Amino acid sequence: MEDHLQNLYEVLSKVEGYVYPNEIELNWSILIVLYPYITGLVAGAFILASLERIFKIKVLKPTYGIALLTAFSFMLVATMPLVSHLGKPLRAYEIMITPHSSSAMAIFGFVYLWYLMVVLFLEIWFDYRRDMVIWGNESKGVKRFLYKLLSLWTTDISPKAVALDDRIGYIVTVIGIPSAFLLHGYVGFIFGSIKANPWWSTVLMPVIFLFSAMVSGIALVMLIYIVLTKVRKQLIDMECLDTIAKYLFYILVIDFALEGLDQIHRIYVAEESFEALHKLVFGKLFYTLFIYQGLLGTVVPLLTLGTLQFYKPKASIRKIIYIILPVLVLMGIFFMRWNVVIGGQLFSKSFYGYTTFKTGLIGMEGYLMAATWLIIPFLILSFLLWLLPPWNKIETSHE
Amino acid sequence: MNQDTTKLSRRNFFKAGTVLASGVAIASALTPYDGLLFAAESPGAKGKWYGIGIDINKCIGCGKCANACKQENNVPKDPFYFRSWVEQYTIKNDGSILVESPSGGVNGFTQSVPDNEIYKSFFVPKMCNHCAKSPCTQVCPVGATFETEEGIVLVDEKYCIGCRYCVQACPYGCRYIHPEKGTADKCTLCFHRLKHGLQPACFEICPTEARIFGDLNDPGSKLNYFLKNHNCMVVKPHLNTGSKLFYNALSPEVR
Repeated sequence: MEDHLQNLYEVLSKVEGYVYPNEIELNWSILIVLYPYITGLVAGAFILASLERIFKIKVLKPTYGIALLTAFSFMLVATMPLVSHLGKPLRAYEIMITPHSSSAMAIFGFVYLWYLMVVLFLEIWFDYRRDMVIWGNESKGVKRFLYKLLSLWTTDISPKAVALDDRIGYIVTVIGIPSAFLLHGYVGFIFGSIKANPWWSTVLMPVIFLFSAMVSGIALVMLIYIVLTKVRKQLIDMECLDTIAKYLFYILVIDFALEGLDQIHRIYVAEESFEALHKLVFGKLFYTLFIYQGLLGTVVPLLTLGTLQFYKPKASIRKIIYIILPVLVLMGIFFMRWNVVIGGQLFSKSFYGYTTFKTGLIGMEGYLMAATWLIIPFLILSFLLWLLPPWNKIETSHE
Repeated sequence: MNQDTTKLSRRNFFKAGTVLASGVAIASALTPYDGLLFAAESPGAKGKWYGIGIDINKCIGCGKCANACKQENNVPKDPFYFRSWVEQYTIKNDGSILVESPSGGVNGFTQSVPDNEIYKSFFVPKMCNHCAKSPCTQVCPVGATFETEEGIVLVDEKYCIGCRYCVQACPYGCRYIHPEKGTADKCTLCFHRLKHGLQPACFEICPTEARIFGDLNDPGSKLNYFLKNHNCMVVKPHLNTGSKLFYNALSPEVR
C-alpha cells in the first residue's frame, strides 16, 4: 500500500500536461499485457495444429502434437494473470455464476472453459487415448496409474474404437477452429468496444488480435519444435519448417496489412484524439511501437520470410533464420499487446496530457509476477511432453 | 367471400395512407420532441430521476466541493482518488490552453499564468455524470455497478471483483479503485444524504450556488428551471452516454 502510493507520487511528478486525477494510476498493468499475449499463443498454436488435422497439410505432422500440447499448457495459465491482477481475486468466480449480460468481459469465463474443456481437452484426449492405453500397459508404478487415470480406464484399442476416436477428434477440431477465432477475436473485442478510449476503439481490433494471435502461436510452435528436436538430438524436418515459415509469412502479411489499415485510417480521418495519439506514438511509444513491434517484430521477419519464398539458402542458414525469426516475431507481438494495453492508458481521455508507466520488480503487478506466468506454461509443457511424448505415438494418418 | 382482401386498390391505398399519416402526426403531438434533454432520455418512470446542473459562470474555483466530497465520503486523501474535482482552464492570448487541477482543487487554486498573458480563464467542476446509458454499467462483468431507479449510478462494493474494466470504460475519468478496498469507487451523489432528504455534500457547500441538483422528471424543479433558462451542454456528447451532468457556458476546450 505504502509502496503503491510512493509509486503513484513518483508517477505524478512525471505527468506531462493535464490528466484527470484518477488517470494518474495505470489501471491495467503488465499482467493485462500478458493476458492477450498468452491467449493469443493458445489460439495461434491451435490453428497451426488444425492446419495439419483439418486442412490435411501432412508436412506439418511433426508439429501437430507439440502445437496441441503447447496450446493446452498456455491455456491452463491464461486466466492466471487476470485473476492475480483483480482487486478481489477471491471473488473471481462471480464472473461465472452471475455474469452480466451486457458486459463484453462477462462471457470470458465461458469462452475460456468452452475452449479449454470442449476443444483442447477433448481433442488431446481422443488423439492420445489409444497411446495412453498402450503406454499404461507398458509402464509401471505411478506412471502406469497416471495413464490409466488419464485414459479413464478405457481399454478398447480395436481399429473400430480408434477410428471412432479419430472421427470425434476431427469433429472437435472442426468446432475448434471457429472457437479459436472466437476466443481471440473476443479478447480483441474487450478492448475494441471501449468507446471512451480512441486508441482501443476500432472495429478492426478483434481481427487484428486474431491474426496477431496466429502469428505469435505459429512462431512459438516453430521455436519449440526446433529446440525440442535439438534437445532430442533428432534431425530437424526442414520441409516442415519451410512450410510453417510459409504460413507464418502469409499470416504476417495479413496482420501487417490490417494494422497498417488501422493506422492509415486513423491518420486519414484524424479525429479529435489525433493530435494526442500522434504525440503518444512518436513519444512514449516510439521504441515499443516503431522499433520493437514495427521494425524488429514485423518488417524484418516479413522481408526475411518474403525473401525465403523465392530464394532458399542452404539448410544450415535457414535453420539459424528459423530460430531468430520466431524470437523476433514473439517479441514483436508482445510489444503489440504492450502498445495496445499500456499505450491506451498513457494518454488522458481529456487529450491534454500523459501519465507514465512504472512498475517494480516485485509485487502482484511486478515484473517477477509477470515472468512467473510466462515461465509456468513451459514447465507444464515439459511435463506434458514427458507424459505424452508426441514422437512416441503410433503413427495415425488422421484421415 | 372469395374476394382478395389484401388487394390494394388506389382508394384503399389513400385511405390507409391517410390513417397512417394522421396516426403518426397524433402520436408525435402526444410525445413532443424534448429538445431540452437531448443527451439523456428519461426512462419514463413516474418517480424521481436525478440530474445535475453546473453553472461555469458562477464557479469561483474555491474547491470546497472537492474537499467536502473527500470528507463526506471518506475518499482517500492522496491526490489520485477523486469522486469530485475542479479543473482550471486558462486560454492564453496565443491560443494555447492550460489545464490544471493541483490536488483536484481541494485546496483552491492560484493562477500560474501572468495576467497580461491570459485571454480567459474559468473553472470546471467535474464529477460522475450519472449517465443514463452509462458505459461503466454496461461493461461490469458481474453487475456490481448498476443504475438505480432514480438514475444514480452506484457500485456494490461487496460484489465488485476489482477488474477495473469500468475505470477504463468511463470517458470522464470519474472512477478509481479504492486503494484499501480493492474495489471500484465513484460518486454516489451522496445517496446516504439523499435518503434523508439532504443535498449531496458538494451541492450543499457550494458558496455561489454554481451546482444545481434536482429531479429531471419534475417540471417545476430547480434543475429544470436552470436547464430552460441556460444554454446547457454535456461533455463529450458524441459518445452518447446519456450524461445527466449539464453545464452552462461550457467551452469547447473542456473535455
